[in-house]
Amino acid sequence: MRWPANTRALRALIRDPMGLMGLILVTLFILMAVAAPILVPYDPLALEVRAKLQSPSLVHWLGTDQLGRDTLSRIIYGARTALTIALTAIGLAGSIGILLGLIAGYGPRWLDAALVLIFDALNSLPMMMFALAIITVLGPGTGTLILVVVLVSIPGYARLIRAQTLSLRSADFIVAEQAIGASTPRILLMHLLPNVFGPLCIVLSMDIPVVIMLEAGLSYLNLGVKPPTPSWGNILYDGYTAIRTSSTLVIAAGAPLVLATLGFTFLGEGLRDALDPRFATARPR
Amino acid sequence: MLTYAIKRIALAVLILFVVMLAMYGMVFLVPGDPASVALGPRATPALKAMLTERMGLDQPVAVQIWRFFANAAQGDLGIDVWSKRPVLDQILEAFPQTLLLGTVALAWALTLGITLGVLAVVYRGTFIDRALGLISVSFISVPSFVVAIYLLLIFAVWLQWLPAIGAGKSGDIPSQIKALILPSLAVGIGWVGYLARMVRASMLEIMAANHIRTARAFGLPERKVVTRYALRLAIVPTISVIAVGLGSILSSAVFVETVFSRPGIGTLITGAVFKRNYPVVMGTVLVTTAFYLLVITCADLLIAKLDPRVRDALAR
Repeated sequence: MRWPANTRALRALIRDPMGLMGLILVTLFILMAVAAPILVPYDPLALEVRAKLQSPSLVHWLGTDQLGRDTLSRIIYGARTALTIALTAIGLAGSIGILLGLIAGYGPRWLDAALVLIFDALNSLPMMMFALAIITVLGPGTGTLILVVVLVSIPGYARLIRAQTLSLRSADFIVAEQAIGASTPRILLMHLLPNVFGPLCIVLSMDIPVVIMLEAGLSYLNLGVKPPTPSWGNILYDGYTAIRTSSTLVIAAGAPLVLATLGFTFLGEGLRDALDPRFATARPR
Repeated sequence: MLTYAIKRIALAVLILFVVMLAMYGMVFLVPGDPASVALGPRATPALKAMLTERMGLDQPVAVQIWRFFANAAQGDLGIDVWSKRPVLDQILEAFPQTLLLGTVALAWALTLGITLGVLAVVYRGTFIDRALGLISVSFISVPSFVVAIYLLLIFAVWLQWLPAIGAGKSGDIPSQIKALILPSLAVGIGWVGYLARMVRASMLEIMAANHIRTARAFGLPERKVVTRYALRLAIVPTISVIAVGLGSILSSAVFVETVFSRPGIGTLITGAVFKRNYPVVMGTVLVTTAFYLLVITCADLLIAKLDPRVRDALAR
């Protein structure tokens, strides 16, 4: 399966109002994350105790938190935290998933059976409980968070790649490669991988909002990114504790989270419709 | 069928066993012994020795693992090192609360989700269908804990219509119902969108089937065709999805219970994770995983019983 002409797909995406909205939201989000140091009006960690829990004003557009830190700056840097963690985790999980999927699909049958058993076992655990168990043992932090996401998402990716590989392993072009004596790594990486990568891309892109949500959720529970690093979850928690005195923090931290997850989901759905309608669909989290 | 059932059940038990073994293994892999980690900076040698003994950490690893499984099989999940109460008691107190929250959330989500799905089919291709599609995707992708916090802000802080925290007074049913409204809205909202999409998709498939054409040819009113003949079939796959979705209900319950300070499995385990309260975390993970495996195994067996095609494919 190959990507259709990219321009055609892009045009189809833009014509779809949902896809266009997703594209705009995601672009804004990425811009915010990349250009954070230029965009922020204040240092997101700078304390100004006398100006704590202020309402929005011309000086602080989105007000300040309990420690007098500028909320807007923290939100902008929060985008950076969210995107970094999402890309790292998804990238790692995707790479390992591809490797295991190729091995399971192309390797000997006993290895395939063993790997599938492991994938099934991991898949049949309640994800959140699994995540909390790992956090208990390793202690909260960015590294643990990434490890949790990687462990939770590998089975799905590996199964997808395995199924694709299985359906291609006896295709003529692979048999031809074997006949001319190509090495197994060469067949896997140069010939199989490009053909199984497309569907995975859509699934990976649809998992980005899931990771952003998980990062914010666990950080909200104080089990994710450690303060004072700005994370939308941390800001949301700060806002939650001050919800009776000031609602600005909560609203300001929740809105980008909602918009980012909406944007990525819309984009993912639009991409799927534009590229291949058969794979992946958003599920409740 | 029997072979398949035995296989499924054996697999579930095996998974449960391996999970607990892996968790136990992880505890020992981590640098520093669990007792001093749990105590943190307060650790004095005497306190540590006491806790080590109480957690059974002075025994060889094999003995500890054996004890854990032997006790768990008898329903003894150990004693909470902090509150000194049996772990099982705490779980049995918390579990019904979470179950209630999940059931109520799912109940309203099913009602609304199926209704929206049917509406989308009835008005397929029109503006209403597209609007419902957009609403469904939005509902699915919005994180439940943000919904929970916004609901809390609007209805409990600003309007003060509903309580912000707790599960209501015990014995006072109206206060319990009031306390359940916001949390169940937050847990269920994603499911409304998901179910609406599923019902729409499977109904569109069924509406093209022969028996629907026949029903129409007999001149049955469209309303009856949709509700009696299409919806009945379209709901079947929906029911099987719910079992698997239990995991995501559990995870949103963890967040939502924390936001509303509602007693339940979520508040129990997050509180324990903070304190590195191993007995409580391991007990909760064991019980919820067992429950989850039980439900999905039952669902798989039910589907296999109802659909011979699935049964034959899986028995091989």
